[in-house]
Amino acid sequence: MASGSTDKRVIVIGGGLAGLAATVRIAEAGIPVDLFSLVPVKRSHSVCAQGGINACNEVSRQQGYSEYEHFDETIYGGDFLADQHPVLEMANWAPRIIDLLDRMGVPFNRTAEGNRDLRLFGGSLFKRTHFAGATTGQQLIYALDEQVRRYESEGLVRKYEFWEFLWPVLTDGESAKRCAGIVAQDMRTMQIRSFRSDAVIMATGGCGLVFGKSTNSVMCTGAAAARCFKAGVFYGNPEMIQVHPTAIPGADKLRLMSESARGEGGRVWVPAIKNTDGSWGPHPRSGDDPKTIPTSERYYFLEEKYPAYGNIVPRDIATREIFDICVNHGMGVAKGNQVYLDLTHRDPEYLTRKLEGILEIYEKFVGDDPRFTPMRIFPGVHYSMGGLYTVFTKGRYEPANPLAKHKSGSRPPLGSEIGLGMQPGAMNNMMTNIEGIYAFGEVNFAYHGANRLGANALLSCIFDGLFCGVSVTNYIRDGLPGKKPASGLPGSVFDEFVNQEEAKQAKLLSTVKSGASAETNPYAIGKELGDEMTAACTVVREAGRLQQCIANIESLKGRFARLNLSDSAAWTNQSLSYTRAVGDMLSLAEAVAKGSLARRESRGAHYRSDFQQRNDAEFMKTTLTKYDPASNSVSVEFVSIDADLIAPAVRNYGKKDDSSPKAAAKPALSGV
Amino acid sequence: MSTHTPVDPAAIARMANRKTAKAGRTVIFRIKRCDGPGKPSYWQDFKVQVPKNANVISCLQQIALSPVTTGGQPSTPVVWESGCLEEVCGSCTMVINGSVRQSCSCLIDDYAPSEGDTLTLEPMSKFPVVRDLWVDRARLFNNLKRVKAWVPIDGTYASGSGPKESPEDQETRYVLSTCMSCGCCLEACPQFNVEADESKWNTDFIGAHAISQARLFNMHETGKRLAAERLEALSGAGGVSDCGNAQNCVKVCPKRIPLTESIAAMGRAVVFHKVKQFFNR
Repeated sequence: MASGSTDKRVIVIGGGLAGLAATVRIAEAGIPVDLFSLVPVKRSHSVCAQGGINACNEVSRQQGYSEYEHFDETIYGGDFLADQHPVLEMANWAPRIIDLLDRMGVPFNRTAEGNRDLRLFGGSLFKRTHFAGATTGQQLIYALDEQVRRYESEGLVRKYEFWEFLWPVLTDGESAKRCAGIVAQDMRTMQIRSFRSDAVIMATGGCGLVFGKSTNSVMCTGAAAARCFKAGVFYGNPEMIQVHPTAIPGADKLRLMSESARGEGGRVWVPAIKNTDGSWGPHPRSGDDPKTIPTSERYYFLEEKYPAYGNIVPRDIATREIFDICVNHGMGVAKGNQVYLDLTHRDPEYLTRKLEGILEIYEKFVGDDPRFTPMRIFPGVHYSMGGLYTVFTKGRYEPANPLAKHKSGSRPPLGSEIGLGMQPGAMNNMMTNIEGIYAFGEVNFAYHGANRLGANALLSCIFDGLFCGVSVTNYIRDGLPGKKPASGLPGSVFDEFVNQEEAKQAKLLSTVKSGASAETNPYAIGKELGDEMTAACTVVREAGRLQQCIANIESLKGRFARLNLSDSAAWTNQSLSYTRAVGDMLSLAEAVAKGSLARRESRGAHYRSDFQQRNDAEFMKTTLTKYDPASNSVSVEFVSIDADLIAPAVRNYGKKDDSSPKAAAKPALSGV
Repeated sequence: MSTHTPVDPAAIARMANRKTAKAGRTVIFRIKRCDGPGKPSYWQDFKVQVPKNANVISCLQQIALSPVTTGGQPSTPVVWESGCLEEVCGSCTMVINGSVRQSCSCLIDDYAPSEGDTLTLEPMSKFPVVRDLWVDRARLFNNLKRVKAWVPIDGTYASGSGPKESPEDQETRYVLSTCMSCGCCLEACPQFNVEADESKWNTDFIGAHAISQARLFNMHETGKRLAAERLEALSGAGGVSDCGNAQNCVKVCPKRIPLTESIAAMGRAVVFHKVKQFFNR
């Protein structure tokens, strides 16, 4: 049964930063919002973001930084894969977003005078990262959660917490399919029903669980995105998966050690012996207490290889270097897959003040105090740059000639500082190929290209919600819903999809068998998928292994088709929900693997040992994947990108050539 | 000793177990289960081979892979709420060996260091059970509405930065703002009782978390605009004067929020508010 209201409504799926920012913006325009989330929105995965949020600010501006420089860093950091105009717009908006969060009461760290404090973060030589202790994401989402609660108490927002999105309701639009609502399930009562809406905003985050253990929260399965994908929404750059260089290995998940640990002076090293030719070799006692390893036997490999950026090189580079040291050179701590991240040279009081939250996580889960003992870390799957494929309308700023890589401190092109990257309020900004379905935040493939810079994720989520939220309200008023509101559609349109989902559930429930073997146990299938994806599709990829991975996904699909559900309950059946998600994750995994195979180059987070160079002529393009329901399989093609503003340059972060003499001191970091 | 280390002597003693606990030992998970609201509770035991650094979550995940009780009876995966597994989302709160805490940060080595040790898991008792270890904490969020726990901004369109703030004030507010609505303070509170009837939510004891949030927003330059309304909410039935001063809340708060300080501060503020109201009549 669909709700019979004649009011135009918006559905937001996901209550993290992107979903909450969109909800606030749309409710503020007087349009009612139905907000769906697997968890109480305050518990969304955004709480895990630690380090901060980037924005040009008055201090860095006077040192030569600008919004344009932030844009430039983001494009360069993303290895020139992102469409450029939306990124420019995001960078332009960043200072306004910080101001807004400040007004909402986010306790940003302060200087003695009471201004917002700043820290250094990867991919920049300027301090442009704002932060609230070491739990910036938590503080930001709380501020937005509070504003949503305010609209909820005024009746403009209706929350559907513990409701799972199952499928978009699609019907004929003017020329193509259009979305008119969703089918969702109450995770407690197991009721399945449809909801009408004139626009659906997917703000469902990443897909870390496709890789089994990751830094993501347990609900970040990617299933919601996968369901849209299977319903016909295109998925862009699935192979662009960020592996965070510094995670704490754990039995249930990989806990993030924030990049701010490096930003605040953390040094990455392994015990090693320097050979007479200057190269480094394995240390015989690499598992000994690190305090007993003399300075001369500590190999600070990031500082040696990247004298300019040192320990704050971007994530993909740090990840590959750590992986290389451990896996290829066998120089990991205690010969294992781990290196030291060392903060013990900093004042413990200072560390407590700046990093307490994240250091506490390490101590809580490992048992050592990082202020006095170097942490043991290893890369872990962290973020999906890829996501649902979206479009946008360019703003007016279109220079005749693309500019070469922008130089720090030089004057930005005229007009670029006032939001002209995207046309404000254009109805299609961040809309997918299905009319009425938008994708905001991590589930949106835009902004981060082939690699995301630290502290840009929170920004892109809130920017999508606020800036593109206006696009949604305009679409509701002036687009198709103005002429043909979802409330006027016949109930049969919705019943068809409810029936489809009920049939799927009935089929799963018919397989219940207690004590099923691992062969057909959904949890085992999910775990094996994660292990396989981690082995084949993370730090280093290669054609043969990827082909094997695709074949293995096929065989997991076969096992999924004959699985045995382990719980038949008609009330709060979490096994059913997880099992259904595993089925959808398999298709997303296939997109990741096939995208990785098709992109025969190395770019950003995507590194192919058999194609180590970036190949702009063939692959400076978006990987566009489509799902074919008839064959239950994924196809890959490449589409051109918008690269009008910055011409591609070699992205090496000033890596020192092995033959060159040791470089001089690091460039001065802008001090605040 | 680090500032991060718990002050509770029992917790410190438990942490010492980490050094001696052997990987691969068998631990019995004794779990209080319930199939749904109104259904009777029952206990089930599961054996788990515990690897190094295992926590309650990873063991529940292991049980899901093959849910068979110690008696050899095939069962179902245990139902529980979880999220970040880093103790910042508040989801996975439960009662472990009789004390309320997050299960993600509960290392098995601390609690059950020896072969054959038992670990008891129960749902929180102050909220209605949904199924097994999952309870309905809607009331906790409702209480945040009672104290209008938000800053009343004009809107989300650009209108300059927020107020300046001293680092000291920021540090005070930051700690209060780390409250993740986990419900530990309510589980431990003798004044807070299970109340499934929604019509009674607005008159029952509001809880330490909400009182502390009222303090947080009353400290903010713009948040203050609603200070009188918050104090009004705290002065009525179920308000700050219902606190029996048992001080259990502050002992179980995983974020070490100075909840009793907040209760005292808001208690004083409510008195001033009432006196002021009396003279302004």
